[in-house]
Amino acid sequence: MEEFAALIDALVYTRSRNEKLRLIAEYLRATPDPDRGWALAALSDGLDFPAVKSSAIRNLMKDRIDPVLWTLSRDFVGDTAETASLLWPAPDDPPSPPTVGETVDLLSAMTRKSVQTELPRLLDRLDASGRYALLKLATGAMRIGISSRLAKTAFAQAFGVSVEEVEEYWHGLQPPYAELFAWAAGGEAPPDIENLPTFRPFMLAHPLEDTVVDLADYAAEWKWDGIRVQLVRAGDETRIYSRSGDDISATFPELLDVLPFPAVLDGELLVRGSVQGGEEGGAASFNALQQRLGRKTVSKKMLAEYPAFVRLYDVLLTEGEDLRELPWTGRRARLEALMKRLPQSHFDISQLVQPRDFDHLAEIRGGSRDEAIEGLMLKRRDSPYIAGRRVGYWYKWKRDPLLVDCVLMYAQRGSGKRSSFYSDYTFGCWDGDPDAGADLLPVGKAYSGFTDEELKKLDRHVRQNTVNRFGPVRETDKSLVFEVAFDSVHESKRHKSGLAMRFPRIHRIRWDKPPHEADRIDALRALIRD
Amino acid sequence: MSAPFSWIRPEPHGIHIVPADCWVDPARAVDKALVTHGHADHARGGHGQTVATPETLAIMKLRYATSDGATPVHYGETIRLPGGVDATYIPAGHVLGSAQILLEHAGERVIVTGDYKRRADPTCPPFQVTPCDIFITEATFGLPLFTHPPIEDEMAKLLDRLAAHPDRCVLVGAYALGKAQRVIAELRRAGHHEPIYLHGAMEKMCRLYEDHGVDLGELRLVSDYSKEDMRGAIVVCPPSALNDRWSRRLPDPVTAMASGWMRVRQRARQRNVELPLVISDHADWGELTRTIREVDAQENWITHGREDALLRWCQLHQRRARALALVGYDDEDD
Ligand SMILES: [Zn+2]
Ligand SMILES: [Zn+2]
Repeated sequence: MEEFAALIDALVYTRSRNEKLRLIAEYLRATPDPDRGWALAALSDGLDFPAVKSSAIRNLMKDRIDPVLWTLSRDFVGDTAETASLLWPAPDDPPSPPTVGETVDLLSAMTRKSVQTELPRLLDRLDASGRYALLKLATGAMRIGISSRLAKTAFAQAFGVSVEEVEEYWHGLQPPYAELFAWAAGGEAPPDIENLPTFRPFMLAHPLEDTVVDLADYAAEWKWDGIRVQLVRAGDETRIYSRSGDDISATFPELLDVLPFPAVLDGELLVRGSVQGGEEGGAASFNALQQRLGRKTVSKKMLAEYPAFVRLYDVLLTEGEDLRELPWTGRRARLEALMKRLPQSHFDISQLVQPRDFDHLAEIRGGSRDEAIEGLMLKRRDSPYIAGRRVGYWYKWKRDPLLVDCVLMYAQRGSGKRSSFYSDYTFGCWDGDPDAGADLLPVGKAYSGFTDEELKKLDRHVRQNTVNRFGPVRETDKSLVFEVAFDSVHESKRHKSGLAMRFPRIHRIRWDKPPHEADRIDALRALIRD
Repeated sequence: MSAPFSWIRPEPHGIHIVPADCWVDPARAVDKALVTHGHADHARGGHGQTVATPETLAIMKLRYATSDGATPVHYGETIRLPGGVDATYIPAGHVLGSAQILLEHAGERVIVTGDYKRRADPTCPPFQVTPCDIFITEATFGLPLFTHPPIEDEMAKLLDRLAAHPDRCVLVGAYALGKAQRVIAELRRAGHHEPIYLHGAMEKMCRLYEDHGVDLGELRLVSDYSKEDMRGAIVVCPPSALNDRWSRRLPDPVTAMASGWMRVRQRARQRNVELPLVISDHADWGELTRTIREVDAQENWITHGREDALLRWCQLHQRRARALALVGYDDEDD
């Protein structure tokens, strides 16, 4: 565990990507199995120990330190694991650190009950750095600026293999990735994933911004407002993966036995309805789909009220044949042919948009808000299917955001790098005429859309205009106006205003605008399109 | 007979000694100021009369060019203020010249600590525990997570890193008044006798320390030397210069920062620090609470820093305390 803790510390304080790669690669080469496999898992996808959550750490600490002092410390540091590692009383005995493998075994064996006695024992065996590494590993969120991709690249670099190959095998394997190390470090045969329903990394799009493309080279289709999914069938099992590669099969049971042949398909998961693109469009709003998201079990009523289907964009593999090297036109033709073999009850194909020219396309995009569709996709006709985002192949061209002027009401300290700044803002609109005594009601929260310089100014504004403090939250004197950009607005019972914005971000800070000139709730409500 | 302690009043701009019409560390210009030490949030220019230790007055003259109405008071010396108030300056162990000010009136004793620490510091005499009725304490590092490690450990970390990179330099960001000189003096104590390179903004203050008898060894100005000269050397600069274009003239610097805030990883990351050195000129949590116990005043007033937590500690330990809402005090780069 000392080497792992030293690696984590070094990574925390290293800026250069190359240096991070070097540090991880060096650790992976020098460390035996299974420790290095567990470490790789911790750095990439994170490990999950159901009994060891932030709440368990909080409970542990509240037995050892006054709860008020704990909360003040936690708010200052901005991270539960780090706060606990710093506040843990130094044990009398010298440290006797376990190996990473032993640590993982002990953490896996903990229950909600035993964690209260077992985790302290483990903490007592470590010094402050070790405790930090342990708690980070145990709660599954390292958040030390290492992406999953970076960890995999370091693995590839350590053993001289290609990162694409690593990605390909990755999702078929489980930590501590014995087969992966046996292949890359031990020269054995690569892991066999042919018959496993594993996730293949998505191909992603860049925002179009000011680029103008030649429609002879690019095909256009709608960007539907659902969630991007990958449907994989292999070895008689179907799985559904979200964009990040999470397995969400259990949430959509109606889609698990409708794909009749082995394949990997890329599409948009939607609920039947007539909001997006009207009757013809055949899809309900994102808000309707949201009723289905995040559930582990689904009632019959849910299935009947919000029936899900997949609108297909692309095909990656079918019946053992890898199509990813084909140009988009070739894959599209294969997908169109496949449609005959897929039940219409649960699948359709994303229709192409047929503009006369680019201006016409811009006009079509202009109408996408009325159609309740997120915007357009532009795909280079000769593009292979490549994991990640490559310049020049796929573009997304989202509809313009909506704008509304809101007043800053509350600010909260951020987490991680922003833990010393008030960087999370809650803002509101007037529930009537502000000059006639109307109140502000919160309508949304935003954490982004401003530069580092602006963040400093906002932080200063919050500190100098605080009227109330509630732990990490400050209430301000409601003197500052934000022009807030957002994608859409919906009815919501969760907020007092009855409204919820999607993707709100600060568009402009209106230092110049008096707060009574900000918008009213009614103006925001008028923008609902469900 | 007036109410107890009615002669001393915390106001937003400082602590007012009413019968003398004097202020301690006022945040704006006043006729008569008693100043604890030279840091900018305690010492300001423009007062009619400034009462401080000779070292603090020298520092203020250098930094704020104020020498009018300077009244020096040595450690241990008592001066009589108008209205029957006596002020005694007692070492605070914070930086060169730093003092706690003991105020006595009508048999009542009040101490204003300014900033202080309890660790040994080769650049200034140590904090003296002095009994009083009201103890007005700082709380910069007033959270239980702040434990400053022994400075020897931090020096070892610094020298190890230096030895590991003989072709680079280690650039240490340190507050220009106090921290920089203490780090240099501690490096000397740890046996590092190579020349140490200084950012131009540090030079005068280091000279001032030397003039007051603090030995800093051989110091050189970065601007007088080449990249080659500085390979394998320690360079000291103000924290603001750490990520500045200025550092491009250095040989591939390892960025270090000497500050109590470095105890928190995210704080170090915010400053892009590769080598955090947890070195502070303030009392840590254990020292703040120990000092409150040792001084054992009837009442503790908490001026600046994380006053919520120290207030809570006082409550839990049945000690009377209140937080003063003073304006203009910052967290120094300590
Ligand atoms: Zn100070
Ligand atoms: Zn101070």
